[in-house]
Amino acid sequence: MSAEFLQVQALEVWRGGKLVLPPISFSLERGQTLALLGPNGAGKSTLLLALANLIPLRSGTIFFNGQALARQKPLLYRRQIALVMQDPLLFDMSVKDNIAQPLRWRGLPQAEIHQRTKQWMERLGISALAARRAVQLSGGEAQRVNLARALALEPQLLLLDEPFSALDWPTRSRLLDDFSALLAETGTTAILVTHDLGEARRLASRLGLMFSGKLEPPGIPDEVLRCPASAQARSFLGL
Amino acid sequence: MTELLQITLLSLQISGLATLISLGLGLPLGTLLALGNFPARAVFLSLVNTGMGLPPVVVGLLTALLLWRSGPLGGLQLIYTPAAIVVAQVLISFPVVTGLTASALQALEPRLRLQALGLGASSWQMVWLLWREARLPLLAALMAGFGSVISEVGASMMVGGNIRHQTRVLTTAIVLETGKGNFGLALGLGGLLLFITFLVNWALTVVQQRGRRDER
Repeated sequence: MSAEFLQVQALEVWRGGKLVLPPISFSLERGQTLALLGPNGAGKSTLLLALANLIPLRSGTIFFNGQALARQKPLLYRRQIALVMQDPLLFDMSVKDNIAQPLRWRGLPQAEIHQRTKQWMERLGISALAARRAVQLSGGEAQRVNLARALALEPQLLLLDEPFSALDWPTRSRLLDDFSALLAETGTTAILVTHDLGEARRLASRLGLMFSGKLEPPGIPDEVLRCPASAQARSFLGL
Repeated sequence: MTELLQITLLSLQISGLATLISLGLGLPLGTLLALGNFPARAVFLSLVNTGMGLPPVVVGLLTALLLWRSGPLGGLQLIYTPAAIVVAQVLISFPVVTGLTASALQALEPRLRLQALGLGASSWQMVWLLWREARLPLLAALMAGFGSVISEVGASMMVGGNIRHQTRVLTTAIVLETGKGNFGLALGLGGLLLFITFLVNWALTVVQQRGRRDER
């Protein structure tokens, strides 16, 4: 079955009386990873916040699992997704509690919270940091906690806003390898905002280029790179 | 000695209760002002910030006019009772707690709210998280609120009347003894007031700094 898991139809966002996202449409199948690639200020992060239902839409519809978002309770929808921001924005508590907190918000049983927290700390290689406070972590460690916190929720849709951009190259490379394997293993559907082509190619099964709020039709990365849809895309890709 | 103890306890009861009521009112209102997005928000913030500097004697005058036997709330028969002092002290400390709460929450990283919501927090869970994140400045708001009322004298004198065994608190007792020329007693009472203020703030500071020390 290839029914779209996420379908975005003519989504439009205005902020402060200005149009920031002209009508955008695209769809995504379950298990796919879409990379949104474009220069700074292209509207990638705004699109991500709109998809997370955290900023109001002027018009358009988002279908999630075949159901219009407007017909779902916002909290119920937000509890099926997870948002990872560029800066880790960890809470002022221990690593373990940072990962456990969103699980507590969902009212999960204590045993399950403990098991998931332990499991995802191990998967991200941060078990040794469990008791350490978030403010004591390095950039790479903090980003691993950030990813573990989101993945422990076992979200149906993972929204990632440049989670690797602030890291040094060796840390970033290691984390990209780990994260790529985790995405493949869990089959999580994800949308990744990035301005790094290498990162997009490494993680994504679909690639969409964004310029000035406009999203060019996403496609298979190699095809998008071989035949860019616009002169702007060719220029951005250095072709 | 018994009278001194009674005055001290009454001071603590009145100012402690006024601070707790101010916290109950100021924490939600300060949160609304910090996180809300409504048209008159800037006006309300300005009003609260102005209220932070209200002279206690003016608050005393307004409270007295309200509670006076012929005033709008005269039927409650609160004038010259400890309850009247609590009302006046709430009017003094409530803007302090509200303003400092708003300022503490506005100082947090603005995207923290979006991050919490994006991880599935309900609105209440998000607010609770922000209070937790801002717990050090929020405790400072509580200390400032208590400090603003335990040390004020004008309002307590005007609406309490400094009645012996009924509405006499440490600050009004100091004024009385100074007026009578009993400088030694007045100084002793002043020292006691300072000591009590120190003790309360020390306890709150220990709680506040415990969180900070854990971060290291």
